Amino acid sequence: MAAERTAVIGVGQTKYAAARRDVSMAGLLREAAYRALEMAGKTWSDIDAVIIGKAPDFFEGVMMPEVYLAEALGAVGKPIMRVHTAGSVGGSTGCVAASMVQSRIHRCVLTIGWEKQSESNAMWALSLPQPFATSVNAGAGGYFSPIIRRYMMMTGAPELIGCMVAHKDRRQALLNPYAHLHQHDLTFEQVVDSPMLWDPIRYSETCPSSDGACAMVLVDEAGGDQHPGPVAWVHGTAMRSESNSYGGRNMVSPAASEQCADDVFAQAGIVDRRAEIDAVEMYVPFSWYEPMWLESLGFAAVGEGWRMVESGATELDGGDLPVNCSGGVLSSNPIGASGMIRFAEAALQVMGAAGEHQVDGARRAVGHAYGGGAQYFAMWIVGSDKL
Amino acid sequence: MSADQPAARDSLALPAALSAPVTLPEALAGAEPVESVCTPIRMAYTYTPGRALSRYLRAMADKRILGERCGATGQVFVPPRGVSPLAGAATSEVVELADTGYVESFNITRVPIERRPDLKPPYCSAWIVLDGASVGFLGLVINIAPEEVRIGMRVRAVWKPDEELETSAANILGWEPTGELDEVITDYERIGRVEASDP
Repeated sequence: MAAERTAVIGVGQTKYAAARRDVSMAGLLREAAYRALEMAGKTWSDIDAVIIGKAPDFFEGVMMPEVYLAEALGAVGKPIMRVHTAGSVGGSTGCVAASMVQSRIHRCVLTIGWEKQSESNAMWALSLPQPFATSVNAGAGGYFSPIIRRYMMMTGAPELIGCMVAHKDRRQALLNPYAHLHQHDLTFEQVVDSPMLWDPIRYSETCPSSDGACAMVLVDEAGGDQHPGPVAWVHGTAMRSESNSYGGRNMVSPAASEQCADDVFAQAGIVDRRAEIDAVEMYVPFSWYEPMWLESLGFAAVGEGWRMVESGATELDGGDLPVNCSGGVLSSNPIGASGMIRFAEAALQVMGAAGEHQVDGARRAVGHAYGGGAQYFAMWIVGSDKL
Repeated sequence: MSADQPAARDSLALPAALSAPVTLPEALAGAEPVESVCTPIRMAYTYTPGRALSRYLRAMADKRILGERCGATGQVFVPPRGVSPLAGAATSEVVELADTGYVESFNITRVPIERRPDLKPPYCSAWIVLDGASVGFLGLVINIAPEEVRIGMRVRAVWKPDEELETSAANILGWEPTGELDEVITDYERIGRVEASDP
């Protein structure tokens, strides 16, 4: 029996900011949820189940937050499920929510990812001492910088490719009212001159620390057909994981990443990835991950991803494969929401509802997320037509 | 962006359900709003290392580095966790490794790290692949200017003085250059390459 066709009919985002002191964690989620329900034309009573996801509990120090949030999310007496796959969780949560409809367990699902970094200490949470390893205390930047250095060495990419990505994403963020960073006057030279934090990663090439939540309403085929507004049809979802340490592991393009991409493009019937996809929202917390994922996801040949960046191919303005038109993770990073924002922004593109950062005529878009030591992957492809 | 795009609704306007003004009970009139409270948390836990890591930590006190080999793939893991991720099997053999290897790749931290005054920026952290090991692990590269560290550079362990040795990975203060010729690195295939093994 074929899977139930599944559609996104509502997307809701909060304003992303360093500190949303005006709302509690529950209030943050309700803001995103209500916006998604409004766009979908639904109320709490229409929702069959709630699927939520966030990064590790000890970021905010609230254990099993799904339990305390059930009331705020209208989930009393309904199934609520929490997903956790580190930084990729927003994407994985979207995949799980879609599977609830595809498998005909539920007909209408609300899904939300969030993080309230202002109430947490991610640097501490990511640097727990382990008695069997030397603590080098460098956080996520210190973990990914050697991988980026390795990519630069293997490909001979020019040194300032990362700065080009950062400058592009920060400019594109100006077109997205929800983006955390709106740096109106940021010049390319300022990106280049910003201090090195985790050499070769500069300050302006790193993501900010954000509060925020992102929600979506997903429905079955009948629900999608009946919806009067724009609809994004799910053409494929895929998740893959791998150990972060085994012999021969390619840290630049992990096998799990390539397999996740192969699976989701096959589901969507896509052969020429670059030609057939109109917009990509990929998880780029450090600028160099754009060329690295362009290669790993098969949009560019190995060693050629940086050339796409250099040629402007990934720009909203004139590029043939616009990447992170919303400003991406480099402009807003509420960790547990960041993957779902990628999925939701892909949906908005094919709905024609992305506003100022809309790609003209986008019909098929990719949402992508990764997490842990580049070891957890989640992707989906959405289209304006049924597959 | 096209000119004929329908005018976006005010994206930042509160959803209708949340836009009604909140009316406080009279008893709370004039009370100062509380936006947040700070409640520090602490986690103390007892760590049970298990057999593989117990052997590894005990050997550390004698300035020896123990890895473990997977019988199915031949890969050697250090620090050993008793398991081979690709085979999904327990490791089968303890292997003593040299305290020399090379830099797989590295990071230079140029910002001060909170509560770690001992880590003075700039400092270099690196993935070190020990001779005979199939995976790299994180360590500090010392006794060299960070700008001079290279991918492929040969290094050896710098141990704490004998009288300070414990059953801890902290016995290795860092890794310093040996002065040997660099390893030639071409791609990932060579890391973890298993010589003369036919699983």
